Amino acid sequence: MSQAIPPSPAVAGMSPGRSIAAWWQALPLSLVFLLFFLVPLALVLMVSFWDYNQYELIPGFTFKSYIAVFEGCGSGDEICTTFKTYLSTLKFSALVWLITLLVGFTVSYFLAFCVRSSGTQTLLFVLCTIPFWTSNVIRMVSWVPLLGRNGLVNQALVGAGLVHQPVEWMLFSDFSVVLAFVHLYTMFMIVPIFNSMMRIDRSLIEAASDAGASAMQTLWNVIIPLCRTGIIIGSIFVITIVMGDFVTIGVMGGQQIASVGKIIQVQASYLQFPLAAANAIILLAIVLMIIWALTRLVDIRKEL
Amino acid sequence: MIAEKRSAGYWPLALFFAAFVLFLYGPMLVIVVLSFQGPEGGLTFPLRGVSLHWFYKLAEGLGVVDIGAALQRSLGLGLVVMAVTVVFSVLAGLAFRKKLRGGNLLFFVVVASLIMPSIIVSLGIGLEFRLLDSALKFLFGAWGMDDTLANFGISLGLYTSALGAHLTWTLPFGLLIMFAIFNRFNPAYEEAARDLGATPWQGFAHVVLPLIAPSVVGIGMFGFTLSWDEIARTSQAIGDVNTLPLELQGLTSTVTTPSIYALGTVTMVVSFLVMGLTVGLARMLEKRKKAAP
Repeated sequence: MSQAIPPSPAVAGMSPGRSIAAWWQALPLSLVFLLFFLVPLALVLMVSFWDYNQYELIPGFTFKSYIAVFEGCGSGDEICTTFKTYLSTLKFSALVWLITLLVGFTVSYFLAFCVRSSGTQTLLFVLCTIPFWTSNVIRMVSWVPLLGRNGLVNQALVGAGLVHQPVEWMLFSDFSVVLAFVHLYTMFMIVPIFNSMMRIDRSLIEAASDAGASAMQTLWNVIIPLCRTGIIIGSIFVITIVMGDFVTIGVMGGQQIASVGKIIQVQASYLQFPLAAANAIILLAIVLMIIWALTRLVDIRKEL
Repeated sequence: MIAEKRSAGYWPLALFFAAFVLFLYGPMLVIVVLSFQGPEGGLTFPLRGVSLHWFYKLAEGLGVVDIGAALQRSLGLGLVVMAVTVVFSVLAGLAFRKKLRGGNLLFFVVVASLIMPSIIVSLGIGLEFRLLDSALKFLFGAWGMDDTLANFGISLGLYTSALGAHLTWTLPFGLLIMFAIFNRFNPAYEEAARDLGATPWQGFAHVVLPLIAPSVVGIGMFGFTLSWDEIARTSQAIGDVNTLPLELQGLTSTVTTPSIYALGTVTMVVSFLVMGLTVGLARMLEKRKKAAP
């Protein structure tokens, strides 16, 4: 992820013909993103202003869908379903972000600074990334025999006499959802943070230590600021994934927990596309604000 | 920290790391073990006998779901996604090495596609193809092509919308890997080839490609495995037929036998096979690269 900067043109003063050749080479990839990313996004924006009935979409320009999304919000004492769902999704994002950041940072720190042989380092790093290439749903399902009513954890707890009744809240609950998210997506924190850590000049750490800094001081004042980019990239990945999720919350929540992604999915399956599109646009706006805030937050710290 | 003796924090950190690895692999191991249970087996421990019973059950199909067909569809789509991802990423990677007007914008779009919540992309592609359907139907009607109209299905499908949806997810990884490759690439060999009179194509085919081939295999692996497991972007962008992970997601709430673990074991085996093949192929290419004069 750290190669997030396009390599600069290798040789200046190349003939203009080469620029055209370069465009031909970039064309297939550009077309894919035009047809399957930019146009679809534009259509989502457009359709969010359309009207619909039971049979078809009706082109037009109306705020009906947006008004429908926030129906009942702002009146009455109870917060409306939409706000509740967004708050719940934000809560999951914040929790998962915090946990994956702490776990991912600790694991990366161990790999980058405690493992000395670079062979072992690579091996252990690959060990952390392999599950990324296996099925997400299977990795969710794999918690069932552990957390269920008769699962391993409950057998152990009852066996040890810690509880009399099997614990019920471990599966199909907020707990299992957060656990699965951490299980699935800590990798997105480890890779960029580890990458940033490997780029830190080791002599800086020695200098800090020579100047009398404790390990904690070095961590806080040298390593963490230098891992800034990795931390932001990882955070953006994790937060955007959790904000739009409906698969993990669906499977691990036993299809009982609401999320913004799930609302969109359900509305689309009922062919209420303008409603789904309006929700998608609102979700997109929130995600963009979070990304903007994340990058700002850290820039300010750098300037202080 | 990197002083001669282990720092005080070493062992707690090592323990934390070990616990994390156990956390990553433990549950996966559990379902592999449980999938080999005897016919009496249930969804959890204790293990009741050892057999391939649940794999046979899986082959017979789970409920109304034809697992074999879904498996074939996912394999086919995965292979196509892999091929397209490799070719398009390498081409674009080469383009970014040169002066590419609008390159920054393209790069921005690619990264945006990577971090965009998948449900939004999926919804958009689904909408795009539905609107395309309506437009086509309207046109066929207007042109009096009644036969075509009668036979017209929907354009949403495995190798149209779903392929596109997968590519928006695999190509960003492919392009980023190409950047990583070319950041470490020494252009001297290529320039030498050019000085010796090689055409651009010869320079690419005989010099650049053999040098980058081991890493390009990695792009292929990303392409296949990411497509093989993809759910979120496919969900709204596929017609009547489903890929294996989508079927699997549906089965999680209906199937209550170890068959679902057997299915998990099968998909995991495929993932690990692909990873193994990738490493093998990359090593072979690396050896050839070193052996070449």
